[in-house]
Amino acid sequence: MQAERIQEKLEILADAAKYDVSCSSSGSNRKNTKRGLGNTGAGICHTYTEDGRCVSLLKILLTNHCIFDCAYCVSRRSNDIKRAAFTVQEVVDLTINFYRRNYIEGLFLSSGIFKDADFTMERLVLVAKKLRQEHHFNGYIHLKTIPGASDELLYEAGLYADRLSVNLEIPTESGLKLLAPEKNRKDMDEPMDYLKGEIVRTKEEKKIIKSTPKFAPAGQSTQMIIGAADETDRHIIQTANHYYATYQLKRVYYSGYIPISHDKRLPGIGAAVPAIRENRLYQTDWLMRFYGFRHDEVLDEQHPNLDLDIDPKLSWALRHLDQFPVDINKSPYELIVRVPGIGVTSAKKIVAARKFGKLRLEHLQKIGVSLNKVRYFIICEGFLPLKSDKPAVLLKQYILAESQSKYQKALSSQLSLF
Amino acid sequence: MSTTVYYDGTWQGLLTAIFEDYEYRLQSCIIVKSGTAVTQSLFGRTHQVYTDKKKALRVKNGLLKNVGKVALQELYCAFLSEKEGIEVLILRVVQYYMAGEKSVHSNYAHEDVLQIKKIHKSVMRERHRFKAFVRFRESTDGIFLALIEPDFNVLPLISTHFKDRYADQLWIIYDVKRQYGLHYDKSTVREIVFDKSIDVKQLEAVCSTEEQLYDRLWKRYFQSTNIVERKNTKLHVQHVPKRYWKYLNEKEG
Ligand code: SF4
Repeated sequence: MQAERIQEKLEILADAAKYDVSCSSSGSNRKNTKRGLGNTGAGICHTYTEDGRCVSLLKILLTNHCIFDCAYCVSRRSNDIKRAAFTVQEVVDLTINFYRRNYIEGLFLSSGIFKDADFTMERLVLVAKKLRQEHHFNGYIHLKTIPGASDELLYEAGLYADRLSVNLEIPTESGLKLLAPEKNRKDMDEPMDYLKGEIVRTKEEKKIIKSTPKFAPAGQSTQMIIGAADETDRHIIQTANHYYATYQLKRVYYSGYIPISHDKRLPGIGAAVPAIRENRLYQTDWLMRFYGFRHDEVLDEQHPNLDLDIDPKLSWALRHLDQFPVDINKSPYELIVRVPGIGVTSAKKIVAARKFGKLRLEHLQKIGVSLNKVRYFIICEGFLPLKSDKPAVLLKQYILAESQSKYQKALSSQLSLF
Repeated sequence: MSTTVYYDGTWQGLLTAIFEDYEYRLQSCIIVKSGTAVTQSLFGRTHQVYTDKKKALRVKNGLLKNVGKVALQELYCAFLSEKEGIEVLILRVVQYYMAGEKSVHSNYAHEDVLQIKKIHKSVMRERHRFKAFVRFRESTDGIFLALIEPDFNVLPLISTHFKDRYADQLWIIYDVKRQYGLHYDKSTVREIVFDKSIDVKQLEAVCSTEEQLYDRLWKRYFQSTNIVERKNTKLHVQHVPKRYWKYLNEKEG
């Protein structure tokens, strides 16, 4: 009986939590101290869901009861669904037992808001505290920060959790007003701001006093839902950029809206999940974080939306043909990494390998660079770029014709739905 | 004249073989584990290597001095791939490393070096997978048991990871394909060999009732966390290739 009830709760509360796409367990390196249980830092995906997403954490809600009524959320109070709530001990037991069997890297605990912010936050914190103190658990813990919770509780959360997050959900304020009128951006900014301050302060202190306890070592992250309101990609990336810069977020997640409601304000049930758009946003995010691109290089007033048929780096290159060709044997790393088709790893290898002699096309291939895109944009030993005199539209056609882009295929199947 | 070299199949043994190739100018063309059947060339010599720690250490130190720890580890991982002909490839690369100047191991344009790096990469991928794809089942006497069948011999590469992570629990990870395992007794990890072969069914028979509960809960969780609207079987199978499903309880029916 007891076992069955737990199973049912797990089903309800995992199902309600799955829309939060973050499953990262990296960015922290908690050692296993005093022969306790677990450590973090390995960033392991223990399995993958049938939709191809990494399963690294036990991702559940403490409860799906909620006093709010955000239109885009399955747990909204007006939604007629089964409700459930775990006890603190139940979550602790599940986490420990899943962890010991090597199912997971840790826990990602979120919750609907029942009673009020502090009441909810207190329970989330209690789960983390018990895991750390009673079970000497050093696995990964990600807690949702509840907007409006007191600083004392946020502080405690930071002591036990590796990562904390507040979801922005809707990228623009106008969208938020439309879909979640009870909420406002300011309530989300406040806890982020407080936590950022504590994270920075702890880091500084740790430099002087080694024994300073960790405080949310994996930092903060957030999530935006894509395609629920009518924002442009530029809006989204501007917002992301703002939050990376102002609150020093570690990650921004983009989650294509999955229709869950007949609400007229939202895309109807059966509408396709904007998976390609989501993917392009992640690519843009990477360009900003690892490739040295500024957000307004990728998207600007003339180009407020990302191309779906080609990736944002190629799209940028085609708009800036004057910056090419790049000389593989001479150009600095920063330019090489901007060549469409050359990733960070390949760029590093190129810079390392060219010390031993001039690189030719076949060397690039051996390094693992696919020449399909690259050869329009580079010079290397014994090779001049193909068709470099042709206009961008033509180059794009050549590249697309040769690459049986999987996105293109997916795209056409997605478009055929309309 | 070229030589067929037999060694004991261990890393130390291979390092010894590499030393002796140099010492006796063997021009080894085939290096295989003793007992492996090879077609002998009519005029070829054979040479039997007896593992010698001192010789092995000299090769190791030479490599450390010339190309450093990372490159040495790459060679070791490549060795664990157990790929046919890996021994001779390693020999050639060691010779190249020992002859050349410093930092030759980042010469991505060198055929053999590139080959080693490729194999190293796939062994490391397998290692990473088997930090993930181990599923423990708790037996009635409190030991957490897992069976694996990795493509490469990755047990030596994951031992420390599991020791650090599960420092407070008894566990065994057993490689069914290679018929040996690791046993941790809350202080040290030791190699073990079961005297009978073992399969999942036998494991289930020694499981506690609590084990059955968590096994079921995990399967339910795996189903519930899936988003049907985003179904992408191709991607799923790419991440979790079917050959690994046998020991993943969430993939059981
Ligand atoms: S507050 Fe959170 S859980 Fe509640 S309806 Fe809004 S998004 Fe959903």
